[in-house]
Amino acid sequence: MAECHPVGFQWVMEAKARGARIFHVDPRFTRTSAMAHRHLPIRPGGDIVLLGALINHVLSGGHDFHEYVLRYTNAAVILNENFRDTEDLDGLFSGYDADAHSYDPETWAYADGEHRDETLRHPRCVYQVLKRHFARYTPEMVEQVCGISRRDFAELADAIVANSGPERTTAWVYSVGWTQHTVGVQYIRTASILQLLLGNIGRPGGGILVLRGHASIQGSTDIPTLFNLLPGYLPMPNAHHHEDLDTYLERAVGDTGFWGRKRSYMVSLLKAWWGDAAREDNDFCFDHLPRLTGDHGTYQTVLDQIDGKVKGYFLMGENPAVGSAAGRLQRLGLTSLDWLVVRDLQLIESATFWKEGPEIESGEWTSEEIGTEVFFLPAASYVEKDGTFTNTQRLLQWHHKALDPPDDARSDLWFMYHLGLRIRERLAGSGDPNDRPILDLTWDYPQEGPHRDPSAEAVLREINGYDAEGNTLSGFTALKDDGSTACGCWIYSGCFTGDVNQTARRRPGSEQSWVAPEWGWAWPANRRILYNRASADPQGRPWSERKAYIWWDGEQWTGHDVPDFEKTKPPSYEPPPGATAEAALAGTDPFIMQTDGKGWLFVPRGLVDGPLPAHYEPQESPVRNLLYGQQSNPTRQLYPRPGNRYNPVGGDVYPYVVTTYRLTEHHTAGGMSRFLPYLSELQPEMFCEVSPELAAERGLVHGDWATIISARTAIEARVLVTDRVKPLRVHRRVIHQVGLPFHWGSAGIARGDSANDLLPIVLDANTHIQESKAATCDIQPGRRPQGPALRALVRRYRRMAGIPED
Amino acid sequence: MSNSLYGPLPDVAEDAGYSDPPERRGFFTDTSVCIGCKACEVACKEWNAVPDDGFTLTGMSYDNTGALGASTWRHVAFVEQTRPHQVGDGDETRWLMASDVCKHCTHAACLDVCPTGALIRTEFGTVVVQEDICNGCAYCVAACPYGVIDRREDDGRAWKCTLCYDRIGDGLEPACAKACPTDSIQYGPLDELRERAATRLTALHEEGVTEARLYGEDENDGVGGAGAFFLLLDEPEVYGLPPDPVVTTRDLPAMWRWAGGAALALAGGAALSFLGRR
Repeated sequence: MAECHPVGFQWVMEAKARGARIFHVDPRFTRTSAMAHRHLPIRPGGDIVLLGALINHVLSGGHDFHEYVLRYTNAAVILNENFRDTEDLDGLFSGYDADAHSYDPETWAYADGEHRDETLRHPRCVYQVLKRHFARYTPEMVEQVCGISRRDFAELADAIVANSGPERTTAWVYSVGWTQHTVGVQYIRTASILQLLLGNIGRPGGGILVLRGHASIQGSTDIPTLFNLLPGYLPMPNAHHHEDLDTYLERAVGDTGFWGRKRSYMVSLLKAWWGDAAREDNDFCFDHLPRLTGDHGTYQTVLDQIDGKVKGYFLMGENPAVGSAAGRLQRLGLTSLDWLVVRDLQLIESATFWKEGPEIESGEWTSEEIGTEVFFLPAASYVEKDGTFTNTQRLLQWHHKALDPPDDARSDLWFMYHLGLRIRERLAGSGDPNDRPILDLTWDYPQEGPHRDPSAEAVLREINGYDAEGNTLSGFTALKDDGSTACGCWIYSGCFTGDVNQTARRRPGSEQSWVAPEWGWAWPANRRILYNRASADPQGRPWSERKAYIWWDGEQWTGHDVPDFEKTKPPSYEPPPGATAEAALAGTDPFIMQTDGKGWLFVPRGLVDGPLPAHYEPQESPVRNLLYGQQSNPTRQLYPRPGNRYNPVGGDVYPYVVTTYRLTEHHTAGGMSRFLPYLSELQPEMFCEVSPELAAERGLVHGDWATIISARTAIEARVLVTDRVKPLRVHRRVIHQVGLPFHWGSAGIARGDSANDLLPIVLDANTHIQESKAATCDIQPGRRPQGPALRALVRRYRRMAGIPED
Repeated sequence: MSNSLYGPLPDVAEDAGYSDPPERRGFFTDTSVCIGCKACEVACKEWNAVPDDGFTLTGMSYDNTGALGASTWRHVAFVEQTRPHQVGDGDETRWLMASDVCKHCTHAACLDVCPTGALIRTEFGTVVVQEDICNGCAYCVAACPYGVIDRREDDGRAWKCTLCYDRIGDGLEPACAKACPTDSIQYGPLDELRERAATRLTALHEEGVTEARLYGEDENDGVGGAGAFFLLLDEPEVYGLPPDPVVTTRDLPAMWRWAGGAALALAGGAALSFLGRR
């Protein structure tokens, strides 16, 4: 966190100054480790074993927060008798289809009839299933799989138990070290189970806090750049399932809890986009929305480019030639396009791949052969435009334009708006029904300044939503399902209430309460901690004075934050039969977005790779799975094809673990840092980090060069030999790690080979995110071969490992 | 007179001729909370328009700027240490990070030796080079006991930290302190910083961090105390800091005495030789 989020890390330092104990679990000793009380080096890919053993420690030692678990989670729910756990099926859950590599989740659903066992003793209740499932996650297993000693594990386990309960809370913070795995979602699920068992969700100082890759990534999931979501986490309609608005809403999310208001969210979204054209009699233009026909994620799209199925491509603030796994395939995809638009601050590698880069250098491709027409359009930086950042706390903060962008540089908002205007001009008068979705759009933002910039505040106002008279809405509960309200993103509704840009509020902390509700605006409804009903006991009293946050005062919920609960629903409320939306949840159900109002220890639906987390080895691992016969996540998305061959499990050809990461000094794929002298001089060259032991084993010299080889390619890097990288004792042998920052590429001031070129495309099936935190490699002293000899080296390694020829 | 050359000095600006100067300002750099983000280096360069200092991987941990110099006015040192575990078995790793800067000495050798008056003492007690006056003679470079001030190859002039003279006059804190996310770099009245440092040192000692120490806060040291002082977690040498810096002018009176004595001896010898002639 200190390494990649130094500004946010100030709050960890603040907590440390107030007595918090900081543990840092990371393969390397980083700048965060330097500030932590304890650093626990872990083998990349072992986190579910560590977290699972903590769960086992909590359950077997009776350390769970009993009343919280019983009343606020689904621990008491009885499961379907046909459900089979990984304990029964050696690493698989029931419902697995080996041919399709996917699960039918039917048996994961709750049992009909017998609902709950308040004693938590029923053998099929979630609590007992959890106990059995995690029993094999022992400190010994942690030692064997992760390389963390039993002594260190005990210290961690004791600390989190001692710092959880009515008087205390523990927070977990993670970043892409958890997400970028073939079991990434389940890593976070494991942490969720642990935090729910300890009562650390919905309470001050608790939670699972994700640090995103860069500024406003949270915002770009809320109002998504993801192919399968609409604003506010509404699912994208599917061409094969949904026919009209009614059937879409039937399938999309639940009917109870606050998702029960989904029709008002969706209709208001359609009204925001298509205005007067969206009417009840045409399903509010629901048919104007595009439909999913399959996986349109970034990796599938790149493979489709190579296969000639994608003709044109927009890259806006993204540099896949450096920043995405299997860099050579990324660049190959770009060479396969007819046209490419790159909007960026600098001439990044994804705009210059056709004239420089590893393949041009090796002679594999020549510029003359590449037919892609590349349009580079300079972009405005954040100081050159108005807008919001949404941070990991769901806090929207407005930034004002400080100066005009130089020359032809324009904001993304300007670009999309004026592109829309020009397309609409071309289509004007068209009678083709296929053009209606574009012609019917409400595309009428007021324009400002010499470049006719659309007003960013007008966009935010539309996101907030307004009623039939055009007055701004107070929040998402004001949304109607009859077409009388419009709202661009239901969870953001309220951010412009009273026609005031709430996100621009900057009242200093010294002038308001410690929760600081008047700094920016947090979704939903300016709540700073989600599910904060859980900060009070079932009767509505704070669990302790020390951790008091919101409480029931006899008439309403009150406290330090905006209650994440209906303000006047008493703790004694019981839902009448047949109730829908939030009325279906009891006064003791804090998790108001869940259909049952409970925190899900066991996930009956929504995940594609299992209702409980299980440890699977990374696709590329030096070892077999010690926990189950099933080696890797059975649902992982594999793409065995030329350019994307996988290193085999174990063996001597690619014997070392490789992990990739960022450095404070650079920004992701380098577009915002490698072109700037003040940042480039701080980390001027690509390097690898190895332990003195690995350096001795391979003859690597500090400051000299090394070549790192995988089945995809070989790259070179300067060598830093450091005690900060430790060999780990795993499976009763020593496993060495190679650490690679991934920032460099062939353009800019600071240049070097790209770590991502080494990595394969293998994805988590829930998120389609690549496994870039754990793979295998070989490392040899000296620079890599130049020209055709580079591919020859890679081929020789593949032959040695018995990998199919490309 | 002696106090203007070495030893404690109650008001350095007044000593320099300012009447009723503001409180002396300085830096307290608490390296125990430095996370090595180098925001100070970048903010300093941005504000002061300092050019880049070359693009060389030094191999010295994560430090690629190497040292303070004409084009590096804040420099973060990274020190990797492996030592026997204090509580458990085996070795433990420690990674010390520290942002170094011009010390703005009470007795500033650079200023004392400057023949053109380019180096001045400001009303805030800080030491600043006036870039339009410096003639590049480099006497200051040799004089600085810390090796801070340096000449830029391309223009020949001497450059160093100004403690953001153009910011503090407007009531702003220096750029490095402003950018520091963990308040490792603290700016303010020197007396207040010294109190804060003493409190922090006591707290660390109570926490068992017995190796914590202050560097440059003692007005009885060789430079009469620094305007920019530090809390370190190891010996100064570990961070590349001199253990006992001494202002070159401390020895001036003695040197003058020796020189005077020598002159007298020479004069006496000469007189004797004339006498002998006679």
